[in-house]
Amino acid sequence: MKILVPLKRVPDPDTKIRLKTDGSSVDWDGVKFAINPFDAIALEEALRIEESQGEIDIVVVSIGGDECTEQLRAGLAMAADRALLIRAEPDLDPLAIAKIFVAVYKLEKPDFVLMGKQAIDDDSNQVGQMLAALLGIGQATFVSKLELLDNNTRACCGRETDAGIETVVVKLPAIITTDLRLNEPRYVSLPGIMKAKKKPLEEITVADLGVTVASRTKVLALEPPPKRKAGVRVKTVDELVDKLKNEAKVI
Amino acid sequence: MAKILVLAEHDEGQLKLATLSAMGFAHEVCADAGGSYDVLILGEGISAAVELLRGYGAASVLVADHAALKDPLADKYARVIDEVARVQNATMVVGAASTFSKDVLPRAAALLDAGMISDVNDVRSDGNDFIFKRIMFAGNVIATVKLDGALKFLTVRSAAFAPPPKVAGTSPITSVAVDAGKLPSQIEYVGREAKVAGRPDSTEARVVVSGGRAIKNAEDFEQLIGGLADVLGGAVGSSRALVDSGITPNSLQVGQTGKIVAPDLYIAVGISGAIQHMAGMKDTKVIVAINKDAEAPIFEIADYGLVGDVYQIVPELMEKLKK
Repeated sequence: MKILVPLKRVPDPDTKIRLKTDGSSVDWDGVKFAINPFDAIALEEALRIEESQGEIDIVVVSIGGDECTEQLRAGLAMAADRALLIRAEPDLDPLAIAKIFVAVYKLEKPDFVLMGKQAIDDDSNQVGQMLAALLGIGQATFVSKLELLDNNTRACCGRETDAGIETVVVKLPAIITTDLRLNEPRYVSLPGIMKAKKKPLEEITVADLGVTVASRTKVLALEPPPKRKAGVRVKTVDELVDKLKNEAKVI
Repeated sequence: MAKILVLAEHDEGQLKLATLSAMGFAHEVCADAGGSYDVLILGEGISAAVELLRGYGAASVLVADHAALKDPLADKYARVIDEVARVQNATMVVGAASTFSKDVLPRAAALLDAGMISDVNDVRSDGNDFIFKRIMFAGNVIATVKLDGALKFLTVRSAAFAPPPKVAGTSPITSVAVDAGKLPSQIEYVGREAKVAGRPDSTEARVVVSGGRAIKNAEDFEQLIGGLADVLGGAVGSSRALVDSGITPNSLQVGQTGKIVAPDLYIAVGISGAIQHMAGMKDTKVIVAINKDAEAPIFEIADYGLVGDVYQIVPELMEKLKK
């Protein structure tokens, strides 16, 4: 069995995002990067499936430039078997990314794709669903529980929806996007890092894949969100109740 | 001229109020740039929701009522949305930024080869096109964006758009023919964890009372957070810390990785205010923070802060609110 796990390079989730003063872009100076946390959860889940089922080919793939090899190597160090870098221009929008993954999917022919429900930089939450649509296969999004059924032909998925946890069974191949509580990704071990150096990291360009993509989304400017005005401290419960009733008028 | 298709959302036939915000967005765009909007609702046994949708001036309410659409499965729903958007010659397809829309709309967008913008919180017309603002980086950045293409898919933040004005008269109903045999069936609905009865959903409620690390166990959560919510007729929410420690279920979590809420009143009880949590509630109109740590970041965004032990303050607050 083969599982394809896309990994996006994003700023470390603990980084405070600062903007350049002209609002043209994020100030990346000194920012640490990491595997998108939801993608790391997807890779961890693939590794756990391998641990319970025996040898599985786990292929991590990233789209971008040289810098993405850092996250692919980290994925290999977590114990993925093979890495694929798709060279492409930066800042492609979700539909363009989904179209590239269609070509990767056709090249790799995985049994299914496990990927993060969204990237923590653009927070779009679109690529998995778009990829499933373009491939004409099923999807299970925001998955926090995953069980393979019937000789890996179907997957039973617990999905975190606004109304609570929903359970669906999806036919494989499918796109499964992972939510926070599916698992906790392992730390990369030193032997893992050493082994990762010997694992294959192939490169291919978008043109080699036979895909032409362009982003339709154009970012014109970035700005910080409006700051809430500083509030007041009240000293007693009576004062709080009075403010809520007579000043804010919300109760 | 805009021709907007709004995807309505319901929970087993009960209309989700966030739908009205998506209609409000459509109303705003049409008032500004000309055009009209239709509402599409899918499901089975949805007549009550349909009736509610008819009172807001939509050109029509398109109803896809079929047993095959009883459960919100992305493969089937996206296919119906795809067909309806083509028939209607839609220029925009819009839904509330909910897990439902996020599951279904990108799939439909890709079927139509349309680009999509998630979490829109502002729109203005710009000649023949539109400029949107959207929220990125867990609420820490607002991006101004354009989206090329004759058809655009969007999800909108409900806090940013008021419901459209109610109108006299009702929108006509158009029935959408559903050929179940032609719908994909790759996903099978098994069921849903039973909802905790009695309290409203935090994404819909006017008041949300949320508990954090200061709450020591599930009984205390029910007594203090649930108790205060009940006094105010509100919903309960929770920080991620309580979910991780097993005190509250996942479905209560407010935050970047949980629910985005924007009630009139949000009471943060014993919540320090991590970025992750604040991303989920900072569009609230009035924020109250109760915390014994006077330095907690939540106080920086709270309209009213009260420093003290939640185990003393909350019972006193409940008592005084009951009077």
